[in-house]
Amino acid sequence: MSARLHRRDVVKALLEDRGGLLVVAGLGSSAWDCAAAGDHPLTFPLWGAMGSACMIGLGLALAQPRRRVLVITGDGEMLMGLGSLATIGAQRPGNLAVVVLDNERYGETGMQKTHTAYGVDLASAARACGFIKARIIRKSSEIASMRSDAYRGRGPLFFQVKVRPDSPPLALPPRDGAHLIRRFREALLGRRATTR
Amino acid sequence: MMQGRVSNERSAAAIDWPAAIHRALKSQRVRQVSYVPDAGHKRLIELCHADKSMAVVPLTTEEEGIGLAAGAWLGGERAALLMQSSGVGNCVNTLTLAANCKFPLLMLITMRGEEGELNPWQIPMGQATPETLRLGGVRIFRLDRAADALATASAAARLAFDDCAAVAVTISQRLIGIKSFQEEP
Repeated sequence: MSARLHRRDVVKALLEDRGGLLVVAGLGSSAWDCAAAGDHPLTFPLWGAMGSACMIGLGLALAQPRRRVLVITGDGEMLMGLGSLATIGAQRPGNLAVVVLDNERYGETGMQKTHTAYGVDLASAARACGFIKARIIRKSSEIASMRSDAYRGRGPLFFQVKVRPDSPPLALPPRDGAHLIRRFREALLGRRATTR
Repeated sequence: MMQGRVSNERSAAAIDWPAAIHRALKSQRVRQVSYVPDAGHKRLIELCHADKSMAVVPLTTEEEGIGLAAGAWLGGERAALLMQSSGVGNCVNTLTLAANCKFPLLMLITMRGEEGELNPWQIPMGQATPETLRLGGVRIFRLDRAADALATASAAARLAFDDCAAVAVTISQRLIGIKSFQEEP
């Protein structure tokens, strides 16, 4: 079954009226999607360190148990850090949700097939690792309930969203890592950001 | 990768150096401690698990702990990462996160592949560990003597957290003890 959802539509729906949501965006297309939805100080987009998005989300979720944390990443990035699903499953943070935009391709390197194109089921892996809920999303009618879970449901939550293997126009977030860290901390912690 | 039974050649037991490192982490307000276990870290891991002020996160591979430290810092908390020297090799590309984003990364690394190592497969990564760390932009504090544990760990933690630097304490194999590969009598 070929995917019908557009990645930009999915991310826009997730990040509209985001309130106090804290977002980690995996490198490549997922980071561009989050930038296209609107650059935001409480979004930390990655430009490297492939495989780290979920672990950054976990550290953030443990540090901020009263805030909701959403990791938005791609299937290739998730596959490189598959062990982090087990690490999250062992911690079971109630405030963490992971959305994998699964186009079954490495979108930044020539659209080579990822393992999900060969049938690897990330949602089942997440479920086996102890995620409270782990689903594959295929239809636009399912997006609202996914968003509601990501903002309010008891985590850890995992959504593997099957999206079209298209390449929407580039929308780049700032690329200075120190700046991205500083602005995130200032927006989240206020004066505490400088006192540490 | 994980070291099993250990026999201390010289009894460092007189000075409880893991407890000294734990004290240093506590006084530096470290709230998240992640690890891939090593026998040399056994006691420190137990002390952290018993400490209600610390969230302790077992990892499947060492580079996960770098991401965790970045996330902790984004959220206003301090983290530390415990591993054996062989795990440093697993961290290489993820160290770019620390190099680019300038957040505190405090690594406590028990050494293998040094003087007295009985497993030749531990030699290459153990010997390459200091250079690998330096190439990755990590400053190194070497810990050879149990009596120095508190001062060395505290100095490393201060540099990491005050300067938002990547800092490793490498704990010598002589201090930890050599794995004997013999059944307990």
